[in-house]
Parts: sequence; structure tokens; C-alpha cells
Amino acid sequence: MTQDDVPYLPRGVRTRFDTVRKVDVLLGPERVLVLDQVGTAVLGRLDGKANLAQISTDLAEVYDAPLEVIAPDVIAFVEDLRDRGMVHARPR
Amino acid sequence: MLVRVDPPMAMLAELTHRCPLACPYCSNPTELLAKEAELSTETWADVFQQAAKLGVLQLHLSGGEPASRRDLVELVIAAREAGLYTNLITSGIGLNERRLHDLDDAGLDHVQLSLQGVTAEMADRIGGYNGGFDRKMHVAEIISDIGFPLTLNAVMHRENLDDLPATIDMARRLGARRIEVACVQFQGWALINRAALQPSRAQVDAAKETVARAIETLKGHLVIDFVPPDYYSDFPKACMNGWGSTGLNVTPNGTVLPCHAAETIPHLQFDTVTERTLEEIWYEGDAFNAYRGTDWLPELCQSCDRRDIDFGGCRCQAMAVLGDAGAPDPVCRKSGGRAALDALLKEETKEVAAPDFVFRR
Repeated sequence: MTQDDVPYLPRGVRTRFDTVRKVDVLLGPERVLVLDQVGTAVLGRLDGKANLAQISTDLAEVYDAPLEVIAPDVIAFVEDLRDRGMVHARPR
Repeated sequence: MLVRVDPPMAMLAELTHRCPLACPYCSNPTELLAKEAELSTETWADVFQQAAKLGVLQLHLSGGEPASRRDLVELVIAAREAGLYTNLITSGIGLNERRLHDLDDAGLDHVQLSLQGVTAEMADRIGGYNGGFDRKMHVAEIISDIGFPLTLNAVMHRENLDDLPATIDMARRLGARRIEVACVQFQGWALINRAALQPSRAQVDAAKETVARAIETLKGHLVIDFVPPDYYSDFPKACMNGWGSTGLNVTPNGTVLPCHAAETIPHLQFDTVTERTLEEIWYEGDAFNAYRGTDWLPELCQSCDRRDIDFGGCRCQAMAVLGDAGAPDPVCRKSGGRAALDALLKEETKEVAAPDFVFRR
């Protein structure tokens, strides 16, 4: 994937707060992933409009972290979810 | 030592044992329950609520053929109201355009469509239902038009494992996001038909290569999950991810099982949702605690570095092959039971014609 790609959660994939385990989870076909704070922050920004560059820039600002540290982590996280079929992407 | 029991993540609701197909590898028990024994809509709805409160996140509506239940749409509405991620496991037979649109409106999250073969000839023979393949292909088109996320569940065995490349192509053609290449596991009707279904070593090796190649080339386009034919494995599967650890199964009459085949273990006592709450059954039920955790494991498994990987494997397989549900899974190369499994494999994959199927009726 490139910084220009716009990732989104396709139909059948959604996040929710698991009230029993008190964690955010990502639900998809035959998959449940427990999200940490970073995961929740990234997926919360998948609005179908922002590209990966914009998502990383926003996260770097909000968490006051260097973009060159954030950006590779974000793309790796999203790419991994794409390979598991939990995230789709289209070019901007 | 106390076993820490986590809440369950997933529940398989076997809504009915009724099914228009007669697949000789059906995972239902060989003694099928009649329609009269099935739970009511209201009871299922209550079970879904209980499941969600207990911690279940994903609900798999299965059967038999779940579309044989006239109240399927109501059940999906009830499941979504309970907050469950709802997956329909179906052959497609009994679904039509109107019903699929109703399921869409009800909030169904995902459809898993079974595939008996890539040609009408093969699929209708295996399913024991003429015209079934054409109807399934029509249903697949509607599923795609509506936009349901689709998993193709391709059940593979001696007769169709060589069609694996065409099966993966079909998943792509039908617009599936995911394919489960599910080699038959020998429980239920499949156990009766084991000799007819058991693939050869050469077939299994070729299938593994096909899968490995497809995973690489289709990355990002199709998710491929492979359930290998475990008699050819060196180590057992982590059956149910550990007994009573992750999932539970409710049969058409409300019996709650740690796995779909658990009733083959004769000394286990099972509770039903009509007598106890799901929470009591999960945490306190005798059957769930019988093989929970690892403390009960025999010494061979206790001292093994794979103890917390496969938890001694499948209890029902130990029962089926060795007559002892507490023994290590005979798939394990380290276990004494492996000789019995190897003898079965050798006997059943001789270069002779496979025996006829016993169809599920």
C-alpha cells in the first residue's frame, strides 16, 4: 500500500466495545481482533476519505509523536489488516 | 489447581438438523433430531441474549440447513438485537431473492456458503440433491448483488481434492472475500464414510502446494484458510482452541456442547438451555469442565512442549479411534495411539476403488 491509499472497513467488518472484556474489538468474518489504544486510534480514523498520509499526520499531531515514527507503523498495521481481509483500500 | 475460565467468544447455533442435502460427511450426529424437538423462536432469542451477556461476540447460525427454519429472519433480527456478529452458514438451498433481502434488512453480517463441488455433476452427487448446484450458483449471484461479505466453505476429500485450483478460481469468480478449504474431519457421518473420503498422501501434498501458492498470489484479494486432513499431520489440531476455552455449540433441542461432536463421548452429561442458564452451563457444566485446561492431560502431554499449543488435540478423535476420550489425540506422532491411526490410513487408502457413500438421510 502507499501513503495515497484510502483504507476503509468494508461491509461485514466493524469495531465495537466489548462490555464483558472491557476492550475494543474488531469483528469480521470468522475473526475477532482485540485492539489496543493505537489500533483503536487508527481504525477510528478510517472514514473512507482520509488517505494513509493524512491519517498518520493526524495521529502524529494528536499524540505529539514524530511522523517518521508513526507513518511506518500505521502502514504496517493497516497492511496486515488488509491481508486478513479486514480492511479494504482504494487509491485516492 | 483452579483453571481460569474465560468467557466464550463464539457460539454455533445448530438451529435444525433438517437439510435438503444428504452430504456423506455431514458433521451432524448420525441420530438426527426431528422438527418437533427444535427450540422455539423465543427460546433461541433468549439464548442469544444470554450468550451476548456471557461474552459471546460471534454467532454462527448453522444446521442442518438453517434456511429450513421458517423463522430464520426473525432469528437474525433477535441475534443482531442481542449485539452479536451474525454469520449464516448455509448451502443456499431454501434461500431466494426475497428472503436474502429480508436477511439483509435484518442486519445479517456475513454469509458462509458451502460448496460440494465445482461442477453440477460432482456437487449434486455429493449433496445427494439434483439441481442443487444450479440453485446454489443462483443464490451466490444474489448474495453478491446484495453485497453480503461471502466466504466459500469448500469441503474437500478424496473425490474433489484434485479440483482445488478450480475451487479457488470459483471463489474469485463468485466474489468471495474468503475461502475455507476445509478438508473433511472425521466425525459424524464422515466417520462412517471415512474410507470413501480419505484423500491419498499425494493428493494432500498437492493440495498443500496449491494452497501455499494461492495464499501468496491472492494476498489482499482472497483470504484463504486451510483446514488440513489431520490424519496426515504430525501433530494434532488445537481442537476448539482448547475444550471449553473459546466456543460452545447449541444443538436444535437446546443441548449445550463443548464441540459439535461431543455427544460421541458416552460418559459425558450435557445440560440444556431449557434447564439451566448458559452462564451456569459454561462455567459449571460437567461436560465443559471434563477436559478444560491442561491439568487433566496424560503425562505424555503434560511434559510436552506443545502442551499449550494443541492441548492434547481432539477428544472426540481419541474417542473415535482409540475408544478413550482422555487419551492423547492419535494424530500425534509421539503418542502410542498413532499406530492405530496409521493402520487405518494404510487400510483405507489402498489403491482400490473407494467404497460407496452412505448418504445422510
